[in-house]
Amino acid sequence: MLRIRRFEERLADESAQGNIPGLLHLYVGEEAVAVGACSALRKDDYITSTHRGHGHCIAKGGELRKMMAELFAKETGYCKGRGGSMHVAAPDIGIVGCSAIAGAGIPIAAGVGLSAKLRKTDQVCVSFFGDGASNTGAFHEGMNLASLWELPVVYVLENNLYAISTPAARSSKLKNISDRAAAYGMPAAIADGMDVLSVYETVSEAVARARKGQGPTLVECKTYRFRGHHEGDPKKGETYRNKQEMDEWEKLDPILRLKDEMIKGKKATQAELDAIDQEVMKELEDAVTFAKESPSPKPEDATTYLFVSES
Amino acid sequence: MSETRELDFAEAIREAMRQEMLRDKTVIILGEDVGKFGGIFGCTKGLQAEFGEERVRDTPISETAIVGAAVGAAVTGMHPIAELEFMDFIGCPMDQVFNQMAKIRYMFGGSMKVPVVLRTPAGSRYPVACGAAHHSQSLEAWFMHVPGLKVVTPSMPYDAKGLLINAIRGEDPVLFVEHKLLYYAKRMASLREPYPTLIQKVPEEPYVIPFGKADIKRSGEDVTVVATMMMVHKALRVAGDLAKKGISMEIIDPRTLVPLDKQAIVDSVKKTGKVVIASEDTKRAGVGAEIATMIMEEAFDYLDAPVKRVSALDVPIPYAPSLESTVIPQEKHVAEAVLELVGQK
Repeated sequence: MLRIRRFEERLADESAQGNIPGLLHLYVGEEAVAVGACSALRKDDYITSTHRGHGHCIAKGGELRKMMAELFAKETGYCKGRGGSMHVAAPDIGIVGCSAIAGAGIPIAAGVGLSAKLRKTDQVCVSFFGDGASNTGAFHEGMNLASLWELPVVYVLENNLYAISTPAARSSKLKNISDRAAAYGMPAAIADGMDVLSVYETVSEAVARARKGQGPTLVECKTYRFRGHHEGDPKKGETYRNKQEMDEWEKLDPILRLKDEMIKGKKATQAELDAIDQEVMKELEDAVTFAKESPSPKPEDATTYLFVSES
Repeated sequence: MSETRELDFAEAIREAMRQEMLRDKTVIILGEDVGKFGGIFGCTKGLQAEFGEERVRDTPISETAIVGAAVGAAVTGMHPIAELEFMDFIGCPMDQVFNQMAKIRYMFGGSMKVPVVLRTPAGSRYPVACGAAHHSQSLEAWFMHVPGLKVVTPSMPYDAKGLLINAIRGEDPVLFVEHKLLYYAKRMASLREPYPTLIQKVPEEPYVIPFGKADIKRSGEDVTVVATMMMVHKALRVAGDLAKKGISMEIIDPRTLVPLDKQAIVDSVKKTGKVVIASEDTKRAGVGAEIATMIMEEAFDYLDAPVKRVSALDVPIPYAPSLESTVIPQEKHVAEAVLELVGQK
């Protein structure tokens, strides 16, 4: 979680300095969801991700160097600078791709699950998406198909309460979007998305079901983003969010909560946690240096990677 | 020696899929009514019985899920053939087609392959059946505009089999467009008589026709007709008629619109100096517009006259046969264009 947090904070700084050429949708505040869910997965399991995907990719094992280089639009990035913040993929660690179209990953995840099922592996696909994406047609079609075919997929709904500026309550009558799972004959669960252990336990159960061939689960994680929809969203989204509400959620910071619990439970000392932070900062510095020193894609390569074969 | 039988288009398509499913276990079929029913035009008849419900999967009416699931399966090692029951339905899964399937490889820096074959029936069925506005369109031009998709438009059974096998064996996303009128040849004698080329000798063994290679369906000297799908057969009929008037038409079927065999078209234009482009999509910003512009760029100095386009009128396809036969390009429209170019009109 700390690696994600520091990664995102550093990106915000680099973006403010004009070093990042593209849009950024940062994951600060929601780290417990990605880390809790991906901790329940094996390296050969899959994820699909979203426009707010840095956290998912890092949690699934993405290297900070290649992540940072992609965001700096460099040839050494995960997608050789062709994708950027919203389009990272790393098939060797099961990241089958981030899509910037809300909901697009939901039916794709069903297909990934179908593939695992037909190849008779016991791989599972976690599909991350937001409360906004749950109102797309792709959600309906993908959920229905995954349930109908009993595919090994765990749908992790990150309900951060806002689709850009529109409150979830203005998009759906339901208090819990996970109630919709019943309509597909799919089990659902709700996790505290600000508590990494809650997410881990809930998703682990769903992954176990999927691995046993018992089909998909919809896990709704109640969470909150601490920054704006994107960097550049004025006052971190205070134009459409109540300051008091923002402050209340910030008190639930998943990293601070875990740190507190670890110290209270004598699982770690403050000094040990500080050392982890130092290590993360060092790793980040290295990633930024790597990204800055890496070459940009060559203009003459603008048309490569379109097709595997011309004929 | 391989057996050569006469097949119609639907039989050739089915044989290609069957042979590839026998060869490669990762080839699967998903779509509406493709199972026991055998597909709305019979192209998957018998395949579920032979390969089972796991590999030949009926889906709900969920085009986004059909294409999305095909994409997800393709990027993780499968070779799905997804069927959209009518091309008119492609607006429903459009995001999956043009933002996901087409873009994944490039936007992920070449780290993934998306070997989906998306088969879909297009075109007007006049005079067999009047499909009207939502069951008759030819939308292939939309997808020529989308980088990352190969667009295949076969006209004959032999081509259909070889091109489909190439699509399935390839590792790129392919939109495989099948003109509905081509399916009916064995079922309807009234189609076989005017269009004998709807049924062809097709080798039984599997073979591959690479994309980007046009086929000269008839050699000629006076006018080049670049024709796609059903318009190839209509143009061949016109060529037979006009030959009696001493007019020699060369008919080129690009077979794939992306990639397009520019050289074959340019070579023909250099010979004849006159071109008609005959395609069934609506005229504005269509297949003809793209090919005509390419000819202007590559062979302007060889043209003796402006390029002519024969294509559908820019309206939705109407139901009434009297209107549909006006909106959809027919033999007379091809003939008029050719005659005008040779100064006999």
